[in-house]
Amino acid sequence: MSAAEVAAQAPAAETLVAEIGAKPLRVALAGVPNCGKTAMFNALTGARQKVANYAGVTVERKEGVAVAPDGARLSILDLPGTYSLRARSPDEAVTRDAVLGKLAGETLPDVIVCVADATSLRVAIRLALELKQAGRPMVLALNMIDIAARQGLDIDVEGLSRDLGVPIVGTVATRKRGVDLLLAAVQKAASGPSAPSTWHEPTSGELRTLDREAERLIKAHVKPPKRPDTWTARIDSVLLHPAGGLAVLLVLLFFMFQAVFSWAQPVMDLITAGFTLLSGFIGHALPDGLLKSFLCDGLIAGVGSVVVFLPQILILFLFIILLEDVGYMARAAFLMDKIMGGAGLHGRAFIPLLSSHACAIPGIMATRVIDQKRDRLTTILVAPLTTCSARIPIYTLIISAFVPNHTLFGWVSEQGLVMLGLYVSGITSALAVAFVIRTVFWRGASEPFLMELPAYKVPDPWNVARLVLQRGEIFLRRAGTIILSMMVLVWFLSKVPLAPAGAKEPAIDYSFAGMIGHALQPILAPIGFSWQMSVALIPGMAAREVAVGALGTVYAVSGGDDNTAALGHTLAGHWPLASALAFLAWYVFAPQCASTLGVVKRETNSWKWPAIMFAYMITLAYIAAFITYHVALALGAG
Amino acid sequence: MRRLSEFDPPVPGAVPQAEPLSGGRRGFAGVIVEVRPAQGAGGLDGAEIERRLIEMGLVEGAPVEILHEGLFGRDPIAVKLADRIVALRRREARSVMVRPA
Repeated sequence: MSAAEVAAQAPAAETLVAEIGAKPLRVALAGVPNCGKTAMFNALTGARQKVANYAGVTVERKEGVAVAPDGARLSILDLPGTYSLRARSPDEAVTRDAVLGKLAGETLPDVIVCVADATSLRVAIRLALELKQAGRPMVLALNMIDIAARQGLDIDVEGLSRDLGVPIVGTVATRKRGVDLLLAAVQKAASGPSAPSTWHEPTSGELRTLDREAERLIKAHVKPPKRPDTWTARIDSVLLHPAGGLAVLLVLLFFMFQAVFSWAQPVMDLITAGFTLLSGFIGHALPDGLLKSFLCDGLIAGVGSVVVFLPQILILFLFIILLEDVGYMARAAFLMDKIMGGAGLHGRAFIPLLSSHACAIPGIMATRVIDQKRDRLTTILVAPLTTCSARIPIYTLIISAFVPNHTLFGWVSEQGLVMLGLYVSGITSALAVAFVIRTVFWRGASEPFLMELPAYKVPDPWNVARLVLQRGEIFLRRAGTIILSMMVLVWFLSKVPLAPAGAKEPAIDYSFAGMIGHALQPILAPIGFSWQMSVALIPGMAAREVAVGALGTVYAVSGGDDNTAALGHTLAGHWPLASALAFLAWYVFAPQCASTLGVVKRETNSWKWPAIMFAYMITLAYIAAFITYHVALALGAG
Repeated sequence: MRRLSEFDPPVPGAVPQAEPLSGGRRGFAGVIVEVRPAQGAGGLDGAEIERRLIEMGLVEGAPVEILHEGLFGRDPIAVKLADRIVALRRREARSVMVRPA
């Protein structure tokens, strides 16, 4: 295309200037994974960021505002990282469509900034060549230029810029160096020529041609490093050692698990105490009745039950984001790939599954590290099977009431053994269900494990802090609304209608929950559940541990949660051992957590997946409880 | 330089044959001579695997060195390319033909 043709197709310079005056330039950031694109987005926009979802998809949309040296404001859109515009995942499809201007609700960007890791140029230049075909004005940011200089990598920026036909700016995003130059280059490029897109999905032959062109440009303008990075190889000789690497990973995971469990506990207790205090305060101020119950037991308890997860979520994401920023996460996936792969899961699935042992909610949120939709959905579906901390109060109650406090061989506690058994059944069932999903329903759809192991780098504390806080905010905003409405619904079912005056039975017996519990009883009788147990399952939908309090309510044991010893004694008097064991088996599998279903709805953007999750888990729970009950009966535990 | 396979001693003076990267052990170094769809390379069709390998930098002419192996079945592997390290399963590495350097 000649210069005249380009000029004819581009808007006249005057109208463009007028447009810029009226509204900010729209800039899109593109780049391969690990090129420092997120750090660049943070350096450009600072705290002026907004995180949302693209219309109709669960892909995160990050937009921010940058201020150029001349005071002009630019709108910056951070596109998902990709190696090619071919789009192999929903995230990458967003990048492709945004660059081509085909994304619903988005306008074509005025300028594309291609961010490249200066120490790993070949794939970056190949992507830049592909981006050029989209026809938009483009600027190439050679990021981590300081590391390249330290390695003695000699880049002829002028020559490369001339041959590539794209202005190039060297940057160090983590130190905000070169940011002003980049913004100035973007402003200049915006008034330059644009062309209609000539991009089409490249064949393998065309990819090779692009790659050869990238190789030629690099050979001509880049001299290889005189002092290549040797630290990554040295660290990897330990961290990727076949046996030693796994040992380090296990120690790291143990530490992380401990932190999520124990560091979060004091803060969680504080939050719970705060909400109890607030509820008590309002309780004193208001007369007894539905309004008081709604405010205290419904609304405040509901908000409290959402906020209480926040410490765990922040600590967990601190670890995940820190490990990702350092470059370790890809290594962890490498080490775990074979083990997870045996169950048909991706190597990256192990962090979400591990996190789910604390709580399935942060675990399901953590599945975002898995790129492929089916791998991610499989992980989401099995995550709630792992033994989350909310099951512990129930397990403890039933075990202490029914399992004798004997020791085997002088040191192995029988109660501890049952607890361990419940944990093991959680993990094995999660892996088994994943295996079934991948061999029966999504056969032959397994994704290749093909990922870059980025060079290690010192984490950027501000970047990490910002991303962790963003996770917390997203959790409160997105999960908060849906979890809260679920909690209010469960409250409504458990309280309404009110017990008549002078009622002899516990109040819950007259509510919708009571009615549902009684209605369910015939269905649950074959698995050994009494009507009291059935009724307790309904408020137990709010969160698993609520079932303990609910059992206290139906058996009219005063003291609620604090008096589990008395409750255990009562249960031991009322329940046959077989029923107790069936109840435990039920809780291994049952989807007794409205919050989890709510988060799955949020993360998958559809009610289909929570519905499937609910159906398969309740089926497994029924079968497991049925088998447990009848085997126990046959063994004389009636 | 280690040989591609322990069981296949090199004939002195012969040009080394191209073999799939999937058979290489840790320490193997060579050059990629061909990237092509391999039979039974997993769920995705071979042509898609081929394109992904090229996009990750596993392309004809690129020098490769196997740096790391997993514990179980020596799988997956991590290979060093000119300016980056890429991890892949041996199943996908079947599509990459290499010649020892």
